[in-house]
Amino acid sequence: MIIELGHYALVLALATAFVQAALPIMGARLNDRALMELASSAALACFLLVAFSFAVLTFAYVTSDFSVRNVWENSHSLKPLIYKISGVWGNHEGSMLLWLLILVFFSALVATFGRNLPETLKANVLAVQAWIAVAFTLFILLTSNPFARLIPAPGEGKDLNPILQDIGLAIHPPLLYLGYVGFSVCFSFAIAALIEGRIDAAWARWVRPWTLAAWTFLTAGISMGSYWAYYELGWGGWWFWDPVENASFMPWLAGTALLHSALVMEKREALKIWTVLLAIMTFSLSLLGTFLVRSGVLTSVHAFATDPTRGVFILAILVFFIGGAFSLFAFRASRLKSGGIFAPISREGALVFNNLILTTATATVLTGTLYPLVLEALTGDKISVGPPFFNMTFGLLMLPLLFAVPFGPLLAWKRGDLAGVSQRLFAAVAVGLFFGCIYYYVMNGGPILALFGIALGVYVIVGALTDLALRSGLGKVAGNVAWRRFSGLPRSAFGTALAHIGLGVTLIGIVAVTAFETETVVEMKPGMTVDAGGYTLRFDGMRNGSGPNYSEESGHFTIMSGGVVVTDIWSSKRLYQARRMPTTEAGIRTFGLSQLYVSLGDQISEGGIVVRIWWKPMILCIWGGTLFMMAGGFVSLSDRRLRVGAPTRAKRPKTIPVGAAE
Amino acid sequence: MTRKQKRLAIIGGGVGFLTLAVLLVMFAFSQAIAYFYVPSDLAKADVPPGTRIRLGGLVEAGSVKRGDGKTVTFTVTDTLGQVPVTYTGILPDLFREGQGVVTEGTFVAGSSVFVADSVLAKHDETYMPKDVADRLKAQGVELSGKETVR
Repeated sequence: MIIELGHYALVLALATAFVQAALPIMGARLNDRALMELASSAALACFLLVAFSFAVLTFAYVTSDFSVRNVWENSHSLKPLIYKISGVWGNHEGSMLLWLLILVFFSALVATFGRNLPETLKANVLAVQAWIAVAFTLFILLTSNPFARLIPAPGEGKDLNPILQDIGLAIHPPLLYLGYVGFSVCFSFAIAALIEGRIDAAWARWVRPWTLAAWTFLTAGISMGSYWAYYELGWGGWWFWDPVENASFMPWLAGTALLHSALVMEKREALKIWTVLLAIMTFSLSLLGTFLVRSGVLTSVHAFATDPTRGVFILAILVFFIGGAFSLFAFRASRLKSGGIFAPISREGALVFNNLILTTATATVLTGTLYPLVLEALTGDKISVGPPFFNMTFGLLMLPLLFAVPFGPLLAWKRGDLAGVSQRLFAAVAVGLFFGCIYYYVMNGGPILALFGIALGVYVIVGALTDLALRSGLGKVAGNVAWRRFSGLPRSAFGTALAHIGLGVTLIGIVAVTAFETETVVEMKPGMTVDAGGYTLRFDGMRNGSGPNYSEESGHFTIMSGGVVVTDIWSSKRLYQARRMPTTEAGIRTFGLSQLYVSLGDQISEGGIVVRIWWKPMILCIWGGTLFMMAGGFVSLSDRRLRVGAPTRAKRPKTIPVGAAE
Repeated sequence: MTRKQKRLAIIGGGVGFLTLAVLLVMFAFSQAIAYFYVPSDLAKADVPPGTRIRLGGLVEAGSVKRGDGKTVTFTVTDTLGQVPVTYTGILPDLFREGQGVVTEGTFVAGSSVFVADSVLAKHDETYMPKDVADRLKAQGVELSGKETVR
């Protein structure tokens, strides 16, 4: 009975979304307040209904109600509770319901926190959000109903794919969707602006916090996904340039560009049309990502069972929204008054440079991801575009951007002084090269490019710190004055610095791992030792064990340094009973920022086993950097300017001097 | 600079950068992509030694032999043709005889053995890489329900 209520709530949500999609927009046209105000209540109602529906599905999973087909296909009564809950979105139907839940959640947020938005804008934004909600609710109800019954109910479920039985599944998809779907708000704002034919700096001020929030969550989602794949798959890789990864990376790149262009629009009233276009593109890429992941049209290492027929429905949604948005853009963009032109050497010039490179890079990733599809359609040839392509194109394109990152915040608005800024960054370059050389020396050589890579990363970090130091007048004024100035800097200045520092840290991790990781595949018998990364591993033997729904064989390794036992590693292979599916549980030990990674292969005769051992120097920097980026996002979000964000206040003279405000 | 010059500088810079990016992409496409073959294609296509390709098909039943522990040899088949493959390393968890597989690597000059440096894993035992499924279907290989893309 409760299951049917969940299904019914979803149908009601669809009806509510229809109301929210049609009436407020009419209200905005007719200037009818009542109709416009309907949008907020409808958005809240829709959220509550979908949330109820989601709760019902969760309930079915927790109680292992195998009369629901979806639960039977993806759950097992012996599964630990946390995986029963995360299993809700560990499958196609459930993950689409989560997608929808987050979409209506964002609509509800706009309805709640958008009190100071102009009435018509708010009504239009919520209506556009509802169009998306209608499309996806229809998709779920018509093709992917998670509440379908199975009669008679089987006694036991088929269990969730073992790779998904991990804490990663509990965290990664919700974060990723908060990012992906969060960009829908930017999209809706862009479409609303086009419908109204009016856009100004205040618009950018409203859009920025949403972009920032979505971007922060997407950063977290991608980073978490990367770490999950790294430790769960047992191949020691953290990024494969796989279509499914690119699907989430493209909105991130476009979203990063949007974040920066909205800044120009807010401060200088320029780049209006471009910002609207970017907002549309970012969410279009999110939709494309959903399509690529859910339809399985591309061969991916992360592909789970997918359904091409459902893919067609998402493709239709994709075509409708992207096509519609771009047509609307083509018709209405000329109505938006374009902003002023500006000097190439200036803060806004630097941000345009950032946008140029980020969008070009997005386009390269998009080309590389879709090229196999296009080529197959045209010639029938099947190809794979892998890491070499992306490293060659994306990697090279990113270099000038990375070099330019510290320049941006240091250049003044309107008219920048390139020579002066270069002078101020001289120290950062020197420090970068110094650390590059030191690391190179410590690692006893290696590729010379690695030296410059590390130097570039350190330079980006020091460059970001230089900005903070210069703003607080460090070294020019007395220490306590500098401190007072430092603590008085706007939060967004710290946000920028943190995010840029994170970029540098991630870069250092990537360079160090790429250049200096070592991999050893050996056949080991008990008592044998192998050296990796300055440590010695001794294989002690195998042990059998079992968990709630699997059996496992674990190998024990003692790690020694200079003959002294430091720690040990357990690395195992599991066999999950319900699906008879084996998985590798790699053994990982962290030493500072570096890791030893041990995964087991096949057993050979006489108690021997094939072992793959990696030494991953500085690898934690890769994900550590994203933590800095996220921190930057949250700190920026807490900036007073964004919290206040009232349109009337924008007209008042700023208390922060121009140039200091970021 | 005048307004016009500024605009020209920005547009010129942008176009220049984009051209560079396009050239880079085209160069990378000519260098860094791997074509996908099934064994029976290889008889027709002449793949020069050293060219990176992807080879997909089914792992022939009874063909998997473990050499000195680390090196594994097996045969990839699409029922019309067979190619022997060697691979050094650890096979993915879901590598099984009779199931679909995608390998990437090169042919060494003067040998018909395909030296793979990566064997693609699947995350899900009901999943068959799309490229393999399509081509096998085209070759008329009946896939059991468990192996096809659902």
